[in-house]
Amino acid sequence: MSQSCRTPEGGRVDRAKPIRFTFDGKSYQGCVGDTLASALLANGVHLVGRSFKYHRPRGIVAAGSEEPNALVQVEMGGGRSDPNTRATVVELFDGLNAESQNRNPSLERDVGAVNDALSPLFPAGFYYKTFKWPASAWHKVYEPRIREAAGLGKAPTEGDPDRYLHRHVHCEVLVVGAGPAGLAAALAAGRSGARVILVDENPELGGSLLMESGTLGRVEPGNLAFARRAAADLAAMPEVRVLTRTTLTGYYDYNYLTALERVTDHLPPGSGPDLPRQRLWRIRARRVVIATGAIERPLVFVGNDRPGVMLASAGRAYLNRWGVLPGRDVLVFTNNDSAYAAAIDLARAGAKVTLADVRPHAGALASEAEAAGVALRPRTVVVDTDGRLRVQRAYLSEIDGEGRIVGALGQPLPCDCLLMSGGWNPNVSLHSQARGLLVFDDSLAAFVPGEAPQPNVSVGACNGDLSFKGALEGGAEAGRLAAGAEAKPGEAFGANEPEAAPLLPLWLVPSDREGLRAKAFVDFQNDVTAKDLGVALTEGLRSIEHIKRFTTTGMGTDQGKTSNVNALAIVAAKLNTSVPAVGTTTFRQPYVPATFGAMVGHSKGPLFDVVRKTPIHDWAEAEGAVFEDVGTWKRAWYFPKAGEDMHAAVRRECKAVRETCGLFDASTLGKIDVQGPDARAFLNRIYTNAWMKLPVGQCRYGLMLRDDGMVMDDGVTACLKDDRFHMTTTTGGAPRVLAWLEEWLQTEWPDLKVYCTSVTEEWATMALNGPNAREVLAPLVEGIDMDADAFPHMHWRSGKVAGVPARIFRISFTGETGFEVNVPAGYGRHVWGAIWASGQKHGIVAYGTETMHVLRAEKGYVIVGQDTDGTVTPHDLGMSWIVKKQGDFVGRRGLERPDLKRDDRKQLVGLLTEDPDLVLDEGAQIVADPSEPVPMTMIGHVTSSYDSPDLGRSFALALVAGGKTRKGQTLHVPQLDGSVAAVSVVDPVFLDPEGKRLHG
Amino acid sequence: MQRYSIFSIARNALTNHKNWHTAWRSPEPKPAYDVVVVGAGGHGLGTAYYLAKEHGITNVAVLEKGWLGGGNTGRNTTIIRSNYLYDESAKLYDHSVKLWEGLTGELNYNVMFSPRGVMMLAHNVHDVQVFKRHVYANRLNGVDNEWLTAEQAKAFCPPLSIDPGARYPVVGAALQRRGGTARHDAVAWGYARGADARGVDVIQNCEVTGIDVEGGRVTGVQTTRGAIRAKKVAIVAAGHTSVLCTMAGFRMPLESVPLQALVSEPMKPVFPCVVMSNAVHAYLSQSDKGELVIGAGTDQYVSYSQRGGVQILEHTLEAILELFPIFSRCRMLRQWGGIVDVTPDRSPIIGRTPVENLFVNCGWGTGGFKATPGSAHVFAHTVAKGEPHPINAPYTLDRFKTGRLIDEAAAAAVAH
Ligand SMILES: Cc1cc2nc3c(=O)[nH]c(=O)nc-3n(C[C@H](O)[C@H](O)[C@H](O)COP(=O)(O)OP(=O)(O)OC[C@H]3O[C@@H](n4cnc5c(N)ncnc54)[C@H](O)[C@@H]3O)c2cc1C
Repeated sequence: MSQSCRTPEGGRVDRAKPIRFTFDGKSYQGCVGDTLASALLANGVHLVGRSFKYHRPRGIVAAGSEEPNALVQVEMGGGRSDPNTRATVVELFDGLNAESQNRNPSLERDVGAVNDALSPLFPAGFYYKTFKWPASAWHKVYEPRIREAAGLGKAPTEGDPDRYLHRHVHCEVLVVGAGPAGLAAALAAGRSGARVILVDENPELGGSLLMESGTLGRVEPGNLAFARRAAADLAAMPEVRVLTRTTLTGYYDYNYLTALERVTDHLPPGSGPDLPRQRLWRIRARRVVIATGAIERPLVFVGNDRPGVMLASAGRAYLNRWGVLPGRDVLVFTNNDSAYAAAIDLARAGAKVTLADVRPHAGALASEAEAAGVALRPRTVVVDTDGRLRVQRAYLSEIDGEGRIVGALGQPLPCDCLLMSGGWNPNVSLHSQARGLLVFDDSLAAFVPGEAPQPNVSVGACNGDLSFKGALEGGAEAGRLAAGAEAKPGEAFGANEPEAAPLLPLWLVPSDREGLRAKAFVDFQNDVTAKDLGVALTEGLRSIEHIKRFTTTGMGTDQGKTSNVNALAIVAAKLNTSVPAVGTTTFRQPYVPATFGAMVGHSKGPLFDVVRKTPIHDWAEAEGAVFEDVGTWKRAWYFPKAGEDMHAAVRRECKAVRETCGLFDASTLGKIDVQGPDARAFLNRIYTNAWMKLPVGQCRYGLMLRDDGMVMDDGVTACLKDDRFHMTTTTGGAPRVLAWLEEWLQTEWPDLKVYCTSVTEEWATMALNGPNAREVLAPLVEGIDMDADAFPHMHWRSGKVAGVPARIFRISFTGETGFEVNVPAGYGRHVWGAIWASGQKHGIVAYGTETMHVLRAEKGYVIVGQDTDGTVTPHDLGMSWIVKKQGDFVGRRGLERPDLKRDDRKQLVGLLTEDPDLVLDEGAQIVADPSEPVPMTMIGHVTSSYDSPDLGRSFALALVAGGKTRKGQTLHVPQLDGSVAAVSVVDPVFLDPEGKRLHG
Repeated sequence: MQRYSIFSIARNALTNHKNWHTAWRSPEPKPAYDVVVVGAGGHGLGTAYYLAKEHGITNVAVLEKGWLGGGNTGRNTTIIRSNYLYDESAKLYDHSVKLWEGLTGELNYNVMFSPRGVMMLAHNVHDVQVFKRHVYANRLNGVDNEWLTAEQAKAFCPPLSIDPGARYPVVGAALQRRGGTARHDAVAWGYARGADARGVDVIQNCEVTGIDVEGGRVTGVQTTRGAIRAKKVAIVAAGHTSVLCTMAGFRMPLESVPLQALVSEPMKPVFPCVVMSNAVHAYLSQSDKGELVIGAGTDQYVSYSQRGGVQILEHTLEAILELFPIFSRCRMLRQWGGIVDVTPDRSPIIGRTPVENLFVNCGWGTGGFKATPGSAHVFAHTVAKGEPHPINAPYTLDRFKTGRLIDEAAAAAVAH
């Protein structure tokens, strides 16, 4: 039998389009326009989940995103698995497959329900008090069981096949919520010509109007028609963008907001191949009109969590919006007038309706309800309910003016649906996220927006104005003002609303069921009862934050939308104080849980971070290079030939550079163009050495220190003109150095006229090194005298290489004769090819970063960041020569501190292992006494360590305490396998200490 | 103090849980105390606890401007480990891990210390060098830390992607098996309860607005609930330490920046350990409740607003999905930030100040939760004796003048 609870007509579903869906393996029929929740209810299914802690059977409570209970796993296969999805917001499509969660083996029979029987042993915070013995058992025994029982849905096990996009937009007016207030605001703002964005969670505009029947005399018949008209008008305004299925998730500072649009979630997978699954809008709005409505509060009574117990507004929505009769024997339990509308609508739709009102008198709707056949029970409360998998019976008692039970105890009343209304909470979440204050309104018994520090305004129900008329008028005025238009006297809206009687707050419904198992739930999802709040208070907790954390109330995926105010009020009542005295709770982003994938958008896989490639990259790739990540760059690491491993390739590359020549792609080195009248003076302060006299045409190596005196970066800088320098930095350090230069220029030395520009990617840089470097390069060069004396080491020249304008720097990081050819990046590949061709007869090799590392280490050249780590001074590196005696520079003061002058600081040394074949691990620690028990005294560590074909053995660089005075000593390096390697301390320069090869 | 156990729960069940004793009182401030601790985070409460328990000093007040545990203690991602590089750090953090191992019993309060293993991922050659340096140093300091290949890392944490084609592929990892997580609230509450039971007054909603100094010596504090005299004052106020020290007339080498975190919706167990990746900025574990607990990086700018940049959070999620693509369809449930106090060398300051009898314990930055018991323990010693415990002796304020830094930042740029 399909859709047994679908009404014959009415609602916004298309009965002509039945579709099939599956829940827990069983196939059902629903309609286009249904949500999963409405379709399940249409089939008479109320039991949809099990609760978090006690595994109690649970049903659908709400009709919107505030749903605490009805969480399901949507399983569409192929990686499309969505845990904890609220059935109330899942739009039905043909083939939808959903499963219930947190039950084993089935919803009807769940072994976890034993927790419910044992619940007296699980008061709030029980886990803090027990599972303590023996000490290791928590981690090994108890915790795994708790983890197994907790959690709700199951994490997906495959990657996500869907796409997500980001859009960035600006607007003058952002309107959030398309109920009457939001529509009126958007219309008014739109009419003034402003750029407006209107967002709403629902697939269609109308907000609360969608659930009104619109056919009853008591509601202005035109209400829904108003929504339709408004939608059409807005669609015709070119400056207005309407985003449905879009939830405003975050309100941040400076009116920056994020909204999550569910673009294709309502379609079967694959039906919109060109569309993303979801789109994250990042909106910068001049003004924001918040029109997010109000959320109905449950009543807290014993047994209020059985399937079939739902919010009155939800019951009404299922009937009027989706054409579903949520029950045939309906009990409405309320403390305010709004639930009367639900009672009337349901009675007219054929349900047998009883209405229990905690108040002695209701407003004007009472007589209408009676006329519709609703049995009214004033001053009556529900003290308990029955029914294992669905509510079957409620027990009613009368109360006196003080809220005490009087007369006969708990009279049973059969019912299959219990609609509750505890009043309305203005939906102040966004106002609060924007750091607006909240004030407690006694007549509503709810928090309403107070002062708003950001340019926004709340209108309609979210501002505590629950009337249609007020929403329209307030919305229109806010829209006009937000758009900067004159405030005109409000249009007269002809809504004539029945006179309402005030609500009577009854935060905790009295009950005669005092036993251990009598549970009145405050937070359905986290299974927090009023009694749990009591336990927290008994234990002396007073701050609402403590109570929240101790009981976990409001910490579920619904973020306490239906529970927070009830919890506060119950605490206040127990403490005999006012709600605001207990506090409010913080509303944190996001408003509803937001998909990780949507927040990430395109930034994944290869787009996770930019990949920077040099102009030579493709060539290297074609040559079979293996690459390494350095910062965001891909650098050629080594160039293995067929059959070679890294070790063999590096040996070959090293030998070739020392014996003939090698070509290295140095394009990734940071390059900064420093110019201006004070450029020289600036370098003189930034570097530790002297720069005032460097002539045009020459280069100099420089060390940069942080202000604490530690080495930060290094590189060669060339003087191009008297007021212009070409600075180079390490590859990874380039952005940091530029930021550093700018920081000094902008904050400390604004008087210096210096301009720094990153030119890293403007140049291709090719380092040609080796005894034959000149022979290879010279034939390609025009306009430069390449003679060793005419073009000495540490000079630069400009001319042409392979017909292309070039700067050649005669510098070397290998200890061999070296030329760094710089050409505009676009010519890089051409010039590289020319050098490569010219080098063929000399047996040129291309070498990668690993060979570069070996060669420079043989020479004792340090790599900043490898041989230094931010705790190393120039003196520690044996580079006192580079620290000028006179004049200030960044880091000078730091260097003067006593600890930086100690003799026993860690200093750079060379190490040779006793076993020449042993290549130490970089990072290995050095000790003097290998027999000392743990903890051992470590005196240093290995910073660089390689096998050297030139030395015919391994060698290493290390930082060792008092290293300068330890030359010749034997030290020890304990290995991870427990053995100990003996090493002798040597000078860190292993090759050509006089530097003859450099000048060749 | 009422003992907690399964039996006490069963007994109380019979009386409908109406007879639990208060975990701590809400006392009015007295006019004077021997020691006033400013800040009821884990470190401050722990300090009061050990002052009472180990040093017999019970005339102590802990003053808290908000609710106890509501600062970074209640906002952090609870990663606990001790595989720090330097000897000074290894001693301090390992002292702490050893206390963690017995803390539940010590406090008769389940702090849920769960040594599930903390794995730090290496993504490039530089990471490998740095982490191996840690592994070598830790071993010789008696701190467990082992090197794993990418495949071993995946075996330890199955959801991890070690796809070599990833933008920053995982090339290895350092694993400390004794590391893990604990329940942050329980730490604050357990210490508060233990301190209260020993006579300490934990006074909430009491903001310190001034520090009284006479002749270079502290004499008391001004608060929103009146003046309180004190023989000794101990500032343990995390992100607000510099504000308090300014009240006492000296400046601190601290920068306060927002640090953010977020959790997903709860799910059945899927993530067995703690994973950290400094290269891409992602810190992940799964709570007992089932939420993925994710830590982000700090903002680049100093701030006291407990809210960080949205882009920082998004970047963290990007990194998480790089490492764990299966979580793409999971949802962010909540996000928040805390203000962390960062020193130039990323190590804390625990000890004396230029003002006599005024002590500070601060600078824990992004990673002080793990140190809570150890820090509180040695700080209590420092306050009680007027001079540091050997473990915190190197952590002076003075070191920024002498240059004798404990530069964990330089050593690894490691957070948490
Ligand atoms: C998002 C985030 C993630 C983190 N993740 C980790 C992690 O994974 N592992 C880890 O080890 N650490 C982590 N940390 C760091 C860790 O939280 C802190 O180092 C640690 O909790 C600090 O504890 P505390 O007791 O010193 O400070 P807090 O807990 O912040 O306590 C300080 C207290 O002082 C109070 N106070 C301030 N000013 C005054 C005043 N004038 N008068 C009275 N009271 C005052 C504050 O209200 C606060 O309660 C993280 C921090 C954050 C923010």
